[in-house]
Amino acid sequence: MRLLALAGFAQVEAGRTLDLSDPASLSFAIMPELVLCAGAMVMLLVAAWRPEGAAHSRRVALGSMVVALLSLVAVLFMQWQGHAAGPGPIAVDGFRWSSDVVFLLATVIAIGLSMDYNTREGINAPESHVLVLLATVGMMVMAGARDLMVLFLGIETMSVAVYVLVGMNRRSARSAEGALKYFLLGAFSTAFLLYGIALVFGATGSTNLSVIGGRIGALSMGDSPMLLVGIALLLVGFAFKLAAAPFHMWAPDVYEGAPTPITAYMAAAVKAAAFAAFLRVFIEAFGHLYESWHAAMWWLAALTMFAGNLIALQQRNLKRMLAYSSIGHTGFLLVAATAATSQVAGAFLFYLLAYTLATMGAFAVIIALGTGEHPRERVEDYHGLWTEKPGIAIAMAVFMLAMLGFPVFGGMGFFAKWYVLQAALDAAAPQFRLAIMLVLATTISAGYYLYVVMVMFMKPRPEQATPLPVVGVMSRAVIYAAVVVLLAFGVFPDPVVRWSRNGTELRPAMPPAAALPVPLGR
Amino acid sequence: MLLQEAAGAAHPLSGTLAEWIWLVPALPFLGFVVNGLLSLVPATHLGPADPSAAGHEHGQAGHEDRGAHDDHHHVTRHRNAGIVSLVGPAVLGLAFALTAAIFIGMLGAHAEAPFVRTLFPWIVTGDLTLNAALQVDQLSIVMTMVVTGVGFLIHVFSVGYMQDDPGYPRYFAYLNLFVFFMLVLVLGASYPVMFVGWEGVGLCSYLLIGFWFTDKANADAGKKAFVMNRIGDFGFLVAMFLLFANLGTLDFAAVSGRAAELGEGGAVITAIGLFFFLGCAGKSAQIPLYTWLPDAMAGPTPVSALIHAATMVTAGVYLVARSAAIFSLTPVASLTVALVGAITALFAATIGLKQWDIKKVLAYSTVSQLGYMFIGVGVGAYSAGVFHLVTHAFFKALLFLGSGSVIFAMHRAFHHTGSHADAQDMRNMGGLRRFMPWTFGLMWIATLAIAGIPPLSGFFSKDEILASVFARTSHSTLAEASWAGIPGSALLMLIYVLGLAAALLTAVYMTRMMLYTFHGPNRSGDAERSHLAEAPWIMTIPLAVLGVLSATGGLINLPAFLGAPAQKLHHWLEPVTGAASMHITHGEEAHLALGTEMALIALAVAIAVAGMAYAYARLKPAALVPKDQSPAAHGIERVLEHKYYVDEIYDRTIVRPVVALSRRVLWRGMDTGLIDGLFVNGSAYFMRSLGWMGARLQSGQVGTYAWVLVIGVLAVLGAFSLS
Repeated sequence: MRLLALAGFAQVEAGRTLDLSDPASLSFAIMPELVLCAGAMVMLLVAAWRPEGAAHSRRVALGSMVVALLSLVAVLFMQWQGHAAGPGPIAVDGFRWSSDVVFLLATVIAIGLSMDYNTREGINAPESHVLVLLATVGMMVMAGARDLMVLFLGIETMSVAVYVLVGMNRRSARSAEGALKYFLLGAFSTAFLLYGIALVFGATGSTNLSVIGGRIGALSMGDSPMLLVGIALLLVGFAFKLAAAPFHMWAPDVYEGAPTPITAYMAAAVKAAAFAAFLRVFIEAFGHLYESWHAAMWWLAALTMFAGNLIALQQRNLKRMLAYSSIGHTGFLLVAATAATSQVAGAFLFYLLAYTLATMGAFAVIIALGTGEHPRERVEDYHGLWTEKPGIAIAMAVFMLAMLGFPVFGGMGFFAKWYVLQAALDAAAPQFRLAIMLVLATTISAGYYLYVVMVMFMKPRPEQATPLPVVGVMSRAVIYAAVVVLLAFGVFPDPVVRWSRNGTELRPAMPPAAALPVPLGR
Repeated sequence: MLLQEAAGAAHPLSGTLAEWIWLVPALPFLGFVVNGLLSLVPATHLGPADPSAAGHEHGQAGHEDRGAHDDHHHVTRHRNAGIVSLVGPAVLGLAFALTAAIFIGMLGAHAEAPFVRTLFPWIVTGDLTLNAALQVDQLSIVMTMVVTGVGFLIHVFSVGYMQDDPGYPRYFAYLNLFVFFMLVLVLGASYPVMFVGWEGVGLCSYLLIGFWFTDKANADAGKKAFVMNRIGDFGFLVAMFLLFANLGTLDFAAVSGRAAELGEGGAVITAIGLFFFLGCAGKSAQIPLYTWLPDAMAGPTPVSALIHAATMVTAGVYLVARSAAIFSLTPVASLTVALVGAITALFAATIGLKQWDIKKVLAYSTVSQLGYMFIGVGVGAYSAGVFHLVTHAFFKALLFLGSGSVIFAMHRAFHHTGSHADAQDMRNMGGLRRFMPWTFGLMWIATLAIAGIPPLSGFFSKDEILASVFARTSHSTLAEASWAGIPGSALLMLIYVLGLAAALLTAVYMTRMMLYTFHGPNRSGDAERSHLAEAPWIMTIPLAVLGVLSATGGLINLPAFLGAPAQKLHHWLEPVTGAASMHITHGEEAHLALGTEMALIALAVAIAVAGMAYAYARLKPAALVPKDQSPAAHGIERVLEHKYYVDEIYDRTIVRPVVALSRRVLWRGMDTGLIDGLFVNGSAYFMRSLGWMGARLQSGQVGTYAWVLVIGVLAVLGAFSLS
């Protein structure tokens, strides 16, 4: 207790406002990104140094994990220092650091899983691990961007890297097809995003979120059609990256085609980054126009929840099922976003951590059980898993229950849903109907999550089933670590709650002092 | 957090050893972890020190037909038995030492308010903030001393009793876990923390009753205890919800301080009291939820001593004492507690009269004595109830452990000769005093104590309760209240008479048990007789310690008329329950005139002596024959032997109708018909068809996707233009 109090004291001492117009301070503010970027460059050179080979690939992977961990240390250092920033293109706040923690966690897990997966599939591409790092740089920029142009830079850095990663498995036609689809549709949606940025700039005369927010508040621009169309197009651009219905069509094909660790990475980190940027833009810049974008977001949330979970019911391929389930989770998070209070960011971060662990854990199980000739992606492959690999079966059950939001055995999953519901109901404009729909959609999701649990424990193992492989070290570590963390913080969520409340400082940018603040969500 | 720390700084106990209170439950938990890990090592080997390890003549088959009974372990010793024997009791010994040190620190501290040690915030949501916090006050420290002290002795006894069981480490792991939860129960600073312990001890009780779970009867007994306790837990939960809804807090300190806000004698506070008592009835085996306790004797005998006599079953009494502030404001609930206690005390005592299984006699005796404790706390004599709880922990633990020694000896003798006779049936015993003089003497001390013969401990505590009831028949809130139309004073008089009657029967059935077990000729068989002997010292020493405690335990709370050092426990508990007690007696100590008090004592002693004399005169151990030659009982004896057929009545009126209802209506009708058929399959079909339509759209064509995207863009733009 005393130590903590001391740390808090040091934090107050260290926390100062960085002047971002000063290059030294600006570099300091983006230190974690710089560490990651520089590390990625070095690893790229290391990767190119020797001919491709399994051993070399593993070395690069380990190096990349170290780089990601270094960046994580930098993030934690910055979070501990607790600086703030003056006006500028980059935000320095707890929301950014907490989001970065999730991205880097997902990065480390994804690289770890790739090590096992690439060895098995014979993908000797050391640069794939570096690409994951570069994509993460983009995400971290997105989470920190307080300027639409910086944001765009982050999105494109991330997207280009991920387009390549999806097509990494050059021998798989599905992988190539997924990459191409993702690229085509991604380019299409980027056009909307960019056009939206242009219109917003045209209406407000700035790309800086604080300035935009301030001007909207001060000038009450709620009825400017140019601004509204701009916001609508930005919403579309984000909805595509989030895979919110009806902009989700690419997701299942891409998720199924991509190498499984990349699928896990996309389902967790890419989505998280898009959400982080989305929340910041819509709360900080457009918070005062809640009434205008609320209806569209409301419908997106409702449609996404039901589309994701209903279509997931149909799937018999586990990867596709998880892809649709992740669309469903996007819907749940959109419910929180629709409430648009400062609580939302906290609920969002908690949910994100729980969801990242559960999703990546579930994909890790798929990776762990598959082999080159038996990918084991169908639900039938999981019949009677309990009798063959009880530990893995229990872990998979925990992940499924966590995604379902089951108390105790689902660990953090329950509290994640709980906090989202609480955020939705405590808002200034309580989202009762969305909350009810969330519960209904969760009930529907039980239909496929519990089905997986059921077949693992209650169906017999097929007689002609080929023996399961030995689970790789990295996959095993990821699976069990995820289970332990999920369950531990499911019983004792308080530390994570405190951590996620770092994000509550996200709030609409105040107009210049003369103008009166507009209350949120009247 | 800072505020609490600032407040704590003023407390006389802060900075003392009491800060380390968390270590008291942590130690048994450590023992659980160590022993639990050791229990995962499966390998066992024959115990070299066991006399029956060599030349073990009859196989397992001989054991299986002994059904629900104790002690049919295979003679194998666990590889890690040595470490387990050290760790299991040692953690308890250390916990007791620490508790005693804290207690000594408290003696001079005069802490008027409880000392709360907050460990960490546990649940924070909405209006509810729960801390995992432990509370040291006069009541919890007494309970902790009993749990760790008596627990330690029973752990030591278990080393001897269980040494040749293949599940030895598992046994100690469960036992340590039980003590951990029991300590959470008594040390928790709020109802929810207490509830964690409450549920935890229930779980351990279930695990230990069914310790030899390969016998269906044992597993069933465990399940029965579990289900019965769930009914009680429902009451506990509802009471907690009501408290939270009306007061907005669940901390003991806050509830005690603000209980008056609920309105004296109001419906809400009465409901809270009654629901709490439902929880107590489940945990502490009171009518109508008592039937699980006799069945719980299926567990190993030290478990019966620890869980089902000395500690867990007294949790209900502790709960009432802990909630004294609530109960003292609701005469109706208080009278209910006392009346149910009195009826249970008498009812269970009558059943105890005709039991043949030595552990069953003790089980019904426990139910009956728990009834006594509820009389005490029910009439607002909280310190008297806790006093009886403490002395009962001493003498009942001694009786159970003594019966364990007897069973151990009988079993060993039967084992040698390969007899399949029942080692727990008193008809197969008799004359054991010649073979087991120590056990014989010590159990007589406990018997005299429970019967209420002065100056043994049970005399003082029982007398204190009966005198309190009598004192409250006038000039108390209870006497002035009315319960279902009956005036409170009349009801208290009835409770007093029921208590006296139960005391008489207690003397009778305990004397009967002793006569049949230790006196008269031996009926175990000629071959077996030569193998009867005293149990090893590791089992006898705990008995001796408990014997001393049973004899002298009354010293902690001598009656007032004996002068200055009297009523020590009563005054000790004053900061916790004093105000509540006083409220019931209109703000003055309940005092009886010296003459009245002497008369009451004389009456109680006369009744105890009469009961013993009657039993001694009427019962002829020499006339008994072994179990398999005994004729069936008839008439009232038969009814008593079958425990008033309560189990059968429950089975017919509740269990079977519920099973039938759930099978026909709920399962076939609701579950498979309506829910499975219409809701689950129907809605699943509906949802699937919706999903199917969605999945059709997922054609894999990028062109289609782009079109859907464009439609989506138009829709979003439309939503913006509408708003």
